[in-house]
Amino acid sequence: MTRSRLFWGTIAPLAAILNSLLLVYLILKFRGVDPIEMFKLMASYGFDPRNLVSELNQTVAYYMAGVAAAIGFKMLLFNIGIDGQYRMGAFFGGVVGAAVNLPPILHVVVIIITAMLAGGLWAAIAGYLKVKRGVNEVISNIMLNFIAAAIIAFLLSPSLLGILPEGSQTLQTREIPASGRMPTIKAFEGEIYTFFFIALVVGVAYWVMLNKTVFGFNLRATGLSFRAARASGVNAPRMIFITTVLSGAIAGLVGIGTLLSDTHSYSMAFPAGYAFTGLSLALLGRNHPVGIFFAAFLWSFLERSAPVLEFEGVPPEIVIVMQGTIVLSIVVAYEVVARINLRQQQRAVGSVNVESPVAKEAN
Amino acid sequence: MADVLEVIGIEKKYPGVIANRNVSLHVAEGSIHSIIGENGAGKSTLMKILYGLVRPDAGHIKAFGKEVNLKSPQDAIQLGIGMVHQHFKLADNATVLENVILGSEPTRFGFVVKYDEARKKLQEIADNYGLDIDPDESLANLGVGERQRVEIAKVLFRGAKILILDEPTAVLVPQEVEELFANLRELVKKGLTVLFISHKLDEVLSIADDITIMRQGTTVASRKPKDTNKKELAELMVGGELPKPRAGALKVSEEKVLSFQGASYIRDDGRQILNDVNLDIHGGEILGLAGVEGNGQSELIELIMGLLKPSTGRVEVLGLDAATTLTKDIRNSGVAYIPQDRQRDGLLMTAPLWENRVLGHQFAEPLAKNIWVNKGAAVEDSKRVVEEFDVRTPGVNVLASALSGGNQQKFIVGRELSGDPKLIVAAQPTRGVDVGAQAIIWDHLMKARSAGAGVLLVSADLDELFSLSDRIAVIYNGSIVSVLNPSKTTPDALGLAMTGAKSA
Repeated sequence: MTRSRLFWGTIAPLAAILNSLLLVYLILKFRGVDPIEMFKLMASYGFDPRNLVSELNQTVAYYMAGVAAAIGFKMLLFNIGIDGQYRMGAFFGGVVGAAVNLPPILHVVVIIITAMLAGGLWAAIAGYLKVKRGVNEVISNIMLNFIAAAIIAFLLSPSLLGILPEGSQTLQTREIPASGRMPTIKAFEGEIYTFFFIALVVGVAYWVMLNKTVFGFNLRATGLSFRAARASGVNAPRMIFITTVLSGAIAGLVGIGTLLSDTHSYSMAFPAGYAFTGLSLALLGRNHPVGIFFAAFLWSFLERSAPVLEFEGVPPEIVIVMQGTIVLSIVVAYEVVARINLRQQQRAVGSVNVESPVAKEAN
Repeated sequence: MADVLEVIGIEKKYPGVIANRNVSLHVAEGSIHSIIGENGAGKSTLMKILYGLVRPDAGHIKAFGKEVNLKSPQDAIQLGIGMVHQHFKLADNATVLENVILGSEPTRFGFVVKYDEARKKLQEIADNYGLDIDPDESLANLGVGERQRVEIAKVLFRGAKILILDEPTAVLVPQEVEELFANLRELVKKGLTVLFISHKLDEVLSIADDITIMRQGTTVASRKPKDTNKKELAELMVGGELPKPRAGALKVSEEKVLSFQGASYIRDDGRQILNDVNLDIHGGEILGLAGVEGNGQSELIELIMGLLKPSTGRVEVLGLDAATTLTKDIRNSGVAYIPQDRQRDGLLMTAPLWENRVLGHQFAEPLAKNIWVNKGAAVEDSKRVVEEFDVRTPGVNVLASALSGGNQQKFIVGRELSGDPKLIVAAQPTRGVDVGAQAIIWDHLMKARSAGAGVLLVSADLDELFSLSDRIAVIYNGSIVSVLNPSKTTPDALGLAMTGAKSA
């Protein structure tokens, strides 16, 4: 049973990736370049150790976004607000980190907790609106993303929390002192964020919470059937609220690796768009921490190695086509797999019906 | 009379499963032919074959005297075979007429719908077959029975001569069943033929001209209603004798397990759903709550489970005030809940059985340990439930949605009766299940009663109410209108009380 589940769970993403490669192959062929050459070029560039390091660091951010989205998905919540939650987390993490003076490890812990609180509280607005006012979380979250960006831009003005370093065009928060920074591991002329390990812990904790605890059971039950969960004694509306906050808290960690190990301050240069990426990765990784990790790595690998195609006259946007087709194919592939599984089970059930104990007696 | 439909030696195999084997059926023109069998006996597969949804591996089908090869439902409709599905396929926001013609609209130039012509044709059908429908009524205003008539009209509109009805009475209340039967009799009088799938033996005996019994994928016998009886049919279906509920003497305890004290419930929109309900259930007794669906039963149950709060009055469950107690605490104190809508309220359809065993028991030992779900205990106890309640499944890792309805229900009842509950709230516990499963469920409810549990049995099935209840309370329009002693009342009197007529 578990073996076949693993098989079907793996075959679907692989099929989706193959399908996408095939499409890109055809597009490249149509443009008159040798697709195989291009793939080789991307692979050799992407697997170059120096690039691997930066891919790994990007993977960590994507991974957090993916896990945040996955928690929401388990509750049938579409957390498109990851963008705003991540910004709030990174910004307030940066602000508080620069403002306090604490011994080394404690300082980092305070920053991480602040980031989770900021992300979680920001998500709580959408959660409250959904549970108490019936506002669809997609609508409120999209608006909250804009509001978050605007609030941060406002607070970053030099008269408030921001500074404009000499020679720089970008507003940023004050620098976090050394005690609030996380070390990096030097490898292949690059530096791997140690936040990587915290991300792994979050992934494992997510899985254990979801699959082993009563809380996780209640969460999944509410996602599978609100009414059945309620009848079983789960306070389902409260569960939806808590899940929203949890998802936001993890989204608050998306930018923390960069903040603590690289920039040491939040600036307007922090990238946007983590929400869509996170949702795609949770989908591709099937809400499973290991699956999301591979998906996150694939995403950063593709993005890192895309620019090399430009030297050959191929626009790097081809990678976006690839990502898009992967997501589209995976939705189809999972649906197919789900149907195959159900049919197999129904067959198994059917064979029991034919060989029921009563039947034996009668014959 | 000639056979309008003949099925000879049909066989359908799925890998590892024989869904149909050696199925033979002879349906006389202008008759009502019932096909009965347990859940999973192969009735549905046979009907899908006759309607062209599934192609058989072997065998012949003759319709109207000609050998036919049905590749799709379109073929079947073309031939004059129509199907009325158990779950209606209707659009709520359209009118009756629009629903009926949807997909086979008479048109001018291929795109302008000729509504007048369609309305005239529908009206003719309605008049001709005595179907009481208004073509311009919005579907959203119709009740279940009326919707079913629309489905029947839809099939007739497409020119069907043979109607297949898949468990048509499963969703109807007794009065509606009578109306449906009157309609069906009218249809056959006009020369149509009806194939009627069911597992309710009383109904089959009252409506059918011929009965074919299926068991384990094959047709095992045919009977005429006048030559058989319920007991024989049940045994043919199950292939052996049915277990009988063991009634045991009534030993009512002093303890009130449930007490409604002047409880009323007014919905948000101001409608009074429950009105001054006073009701006590003691340990060791089964109180039947009879009533036509929609008279406040659902809300009454939700008050007990703490899912709703009474507007006035008080509901005490095992001594707890249900209004201020969390649902999980009510459950933990020893309340079992068999919901009416098992798929929506009772199961996580896409979760495995063992997780469904946990549902409702996740807040206390043995299935929970501190913050952890005890999977080992859940799997073990699921196996016990499967064994004791004869749930037909290859294992406890199977998704709940893979089981047939009757087996889902057996699993739910088994789950809820675990851990010796003190109060059992059972809503329509045997709706849609076959006689074998019904016997098992009744037997276990009786056992729980003997063990000292109080049972609230909410049912619209008079047979069930009379077989199990120690007292029968009748609910009408949100009020308890009478409490009857089943040994001193008749089904007719109870039926009358359910419609709100003042009892003598």
